Amino acid sequence: MLNVQFLARYREQLNCESEQLAWSDKWQTINDVRQFLIARGEPWTILNDPRIMCARNQDVCSLQEPLKSGDELAFFPMVTGG
Amino acid sequence: MNIRVQIAPFDPGAELNAVHAGDLSVGAVVSFTGYVRDINQDAAIQELFLEHYPGMTEKALAKIRNEAMQRWPLIGVQILHRVGALSLAEPIVFVATSSMHREAAFAACEFIMDYLKTRAPFWKKEQTTSGAHWVEGRDSDQQAAARWDTSEKDTL
Repeated sequence: MLNVQFLARYREQLNCESEQLAWSDKWQTINDVRQFLIARGEPWTILNDPRIMCARNQDVCSLQEPLKSGDELAFFPMVTGG
Repeated sequence: MNIRVQIAPFDPGAELNAVHAGDLSVGAVVSFTGYVRDINQDAAIQELFLEHYPGMTEKALAKIRNEAMQRWPLIGVQILHRVGALSLAEPIVFVATSSMHREAAFAACEFIMDYLKTRAPFWKKEQTTSGAHWVEGRDSDQQAAARWDTSEKDTL
């Protein structure tokens, strides 16, 4: 199982705050999960955003970060605080 | 070593005084306060909404603070960021650093803001006269943060 969070503009455009995904052994990196979501078609193709950011277990990381079942992932647009 | 993420407004002057807190080893306090301004990219702003990622926000700020503490000889660090609805002219963010001498406090305060703006999970949504929209991330902020990745680290 994978808990995936979507934040800010992504949450609004996907009309989805979070989703539990059944774990797939094909997933090695966060980018694999991203591609799985994008393959659903509209509106998930917004995750093609070249400036997409992600976090694994609440730490900002790269899309190439390995992951495992039970992780909390988050996808979000470039941050704009401060 | 204080980190707060809060909905309530705050008084930057009171926060600043609290950073010194009568600590006789403090020789320098540097602070930055960010405010809600009335114009962004030619649109008149009526209100600002700040979203964050509750599980991660304080953790991300603590990581930035810890990195600053490793890079410079700081005595204290205070990071305060508001979330939720903010009105024009209200403070959004407050960062203060204290040290024995000014160099460390100046550099660390700027470093913390640069990293906060590119790594802490906050997103601004502006309510303008022409509707609401999410603020886009700026390349100039990325470049400002990238400065600290290399040589700046060794200047003190």
